[in-house]
Amino acid sequence: MTNALPTGATASTEVPLKRRLRRAERTRQVKALALVLPLLLFLLFTFAGPIAGMLWRSVEDWEVRQVLPQTIAALASWDGKDLPDEKAYAALASDILAARAAGTIAIAAKRLNYALNGFRTILTSTARNLKALPEPGTAKDTLGKINPAWRERATWTTIKDAGGPITGFYLLAALDLTRNADGAIVAAPPDQAIYRDIFLRTLLISLGVTALCLIFGFPVAYLLATLPPGKSNLLMIFVLLPFWTSLLVRTCAWIVLLQSKGVVNDSLLWLGFIDTPLRLIYNRFGVCVAMTHVLLPFMILPLYSSMKAISPAYMRAAASLGAPPLTAFLRIYLPQTLPGIGAGSLLVFILALGYYITPALVGGAADQMISYFIALYTTETANWGLASALGAVLLLATVLLALVYGKLVQSQQVTGGMKN
Amino acid sequence: MEAGMVMPAPALVRFSGIQKTYDGEHLVVKNLDLDIRKGEFITLLGPSGSGKTTTLMMLAGFEMPTHGEIYLSDRPIKNVPPHRRDIGMVFQNYALFPHLTIAENIAFPLSVRKSSKAETQERVSAALRMIKMESLAHRRPGQLSGGQQQRVALARALVFNPQLVLMDEPLGALDKRLREQMQLEIKQLHETMGITIVYVTHDQSEALTMSDRIAVFNDGIVQQIDRPDALYEHPVNSFVAHFIGENNVLAGTVETVERDYCRVALAGGGTVAARAVNVSGAGASTSLSVRPERVAIVPNGSSGEGPNRLPARVQNTIYLGDHALAVLDVADNAEFMVKLQPGAHHSLRPGEGVFITFRPEDCLALDPV
Repeated sequence: MTNALPTGATASTEVPLKRRLRRAERTRQVKALALVLPLLLFLLFTFAGPIAGMLWRSVEDWEVRQVLPQTIAALASWDGKDLPDEKAYAALASDILAARAAGTIAIAAKRLNYALNGFRTILTSTARNLKALPEPGTAKDTLGKINPAWRERATWTTIKDAGGPITGFYLLAALDLTRNADGAIVAAPPDQAIYRDIFLRTLLISLGVTALCLIFGFPVAYLLATLPPGKSNLLMIFVLLPFWTSLLVRTCAWIVLLQSKGVVNDSLLWLGFIDTPLRLIYNRFGVCVAMTHVLLPFMILPLYSSMKAISPAYMRAAASLGAPPLTAFLRIYLPQTLPGIGAGSLLVFILALGYYITPALVGGAADQMISYFIALYTTETANWGLASALGAVLLLATVLLALVYGKLVQSQQVTGGMKN
Repeated sequence: MEAGMVMPAPALVRFSGIQKTYDGEHLVVKNLDLDIRKGEFITLLGPSGSGKTTTLMMLAGFEMPTHGEIYLSDRPIKNVPPHRRDIGMVFQNYALFPHLTIAENIAFPLSVRKSSKAETQERVSAALRMIKMESLAHRRPGQLSGGQQQRVALARALVFNPQLVLMDEPLGALDKRLREQMQLEIKQLHETMGITIVYVTHDQSEALTMSDRIAVFNDGIVQQIDRPDALYEHPVNSFVAHFIGENNVLAGTVETVERDYCRVALAGGGTVAARAVNVSGAGASTSLSVRPERVAIVPNGSSGEGPNRLPARVQNTIYLGDHALAVLDVADNAEFMVKLQPGAHHSLRPGEGVFITFRPEDCLALDPV
């Protein structure tokens, strides 16, 4: 009885205590939320919103649906095996006349031309030559006479596929795939199949730049972490210096240095190492050099912070236990820098994946990365669907990488030992 | 320095004329000559900046002597890198490798020596048994308490049977109770394994508890090397007298010297007889050193003329459980401590005038502070 009493007392006060704790915590949570709210709203409007918009655009298909609504409705029941019936031709004729009056033919023509080269001509010539609504029952012949393409099944499957409201067309195109007339997913024709190569190139350049940054950054970070404070602060200023210079200026500086009459070539010629100027820019070499230079601080800083946390006592302990310097470095120092290597590499790699201005300025035609094409489709040809699809694929790849990295780091934390 | 020692064991380590400077202006270690015998537990004791850690680091190979030579088993090792010295070391903050498990940490010195797998396994489990941590073999250092980490660091430094083990204030980060327990464990390990240990600390009670011999460092110089009891009973100068144990200082001037004893006129008035340990002769100023437990308090007015009887005024009394302290104003020293039996402090009232007395052999005349 006397033993049971305290237990009972605890149980009866437990619930109110929890509630009181929650109440006390709530005020703190509200305060914390109020502090992050401005940034949260800002990010929602400037980051999450546009990304959602981009993802939506990569699958949205509105042009044909808006310009040729009756045709799309009429094709809904078409099985696609043979030519559609007279009703669909009549609907198309009516849609074309309405669209010509509204001046929207070009919108649909542009979209259909993406899917079938030459569709623009079919649609505009039909619109030009169709004087009035055909008599009932003659629409098929009339349109067929104006452009024989209307007697082909592929023309009609193209319109049906582009009927929206959502489509996989752009995403497939971004992966060099397309649908054939039967709706099966097949490889895109060779003249359009360029994106896999570009993604691969983007990946390779990013990997190369990441590797270069690691190779150049590791010794510098080590020096930064081990030098006495005065000297390391000075060195740190040199590391951070690029951040205070415009990206454009830094990239253009490389053009000045690396061009055929540039500083590097002139020096090599003068020293007699070469007879003709080396081609150092407007190729892969120039891209890698310039990007490595720009991205190096993003590698050095995480490396530095992970190395700074490694006490010099570890290396001394390893030496006192009989490990020669190289063994001590490989078995004791390097493993402890892995979180820094991981963070720095991920940062540089992801930044490099989206690089645009540097390859555009110092790269040749064969060195342009995916961002260049996204910019091209957005600003030059206004093919927002394809631009968004390329962006979505890039985003997916990046997110996957970040997840893999998160898993790696987490598994290290689960087994503990990342702290002293 | 070591007159009277009987047949010292052969020296395992010999520091010969070692000097060390970091800035080229002043010496951190000034002309160190020190022999460390095989199998002994020697402590380098001193305040921070006294050169004791630098001495240890030179022995470990992490610092290069500016001048002189260090011999290990009669082999000069000044130019031998640390990993070839075969010296185990326990660091201040343990320096356990955070990315390796306890077993991997202990196996590290064996694996860099390319021991066979079976032998490594056997010795690691023996080491884990020794520190009673078999069940924690697969934990990481971050998951252990300070005392457990300390044991692992110890096991790691011992597992490869080094000819010498260095310890750099290894217990500094532990709380008092754990520290005392670890002191006994290390002492026991030393006795059972017969290893040579060089231990650095600034904690004199730690040094007294564990050491066979203590080298007291100050200002880059070894002030005295001796057994703990000899250091306490026979300090050669004021620094050692003050650094080891509690000590009362009275300033004075030597009046006469007669063989081993002298008469000293105190700066605060009165004369006492003292053992002449470190005085140059009559007329020299001196510091007298008297241990608190060697002083008796006699009530005012009681009879009896001791050789050293000085008037004192009670300032305060402090109760410390197993004993009590009386703080007295004696001559020029307003913080003269006298150790009392617990309970005896009740009879003393602050402001009360008393007399203190101590034997001449318990009062050492040393160099002036």
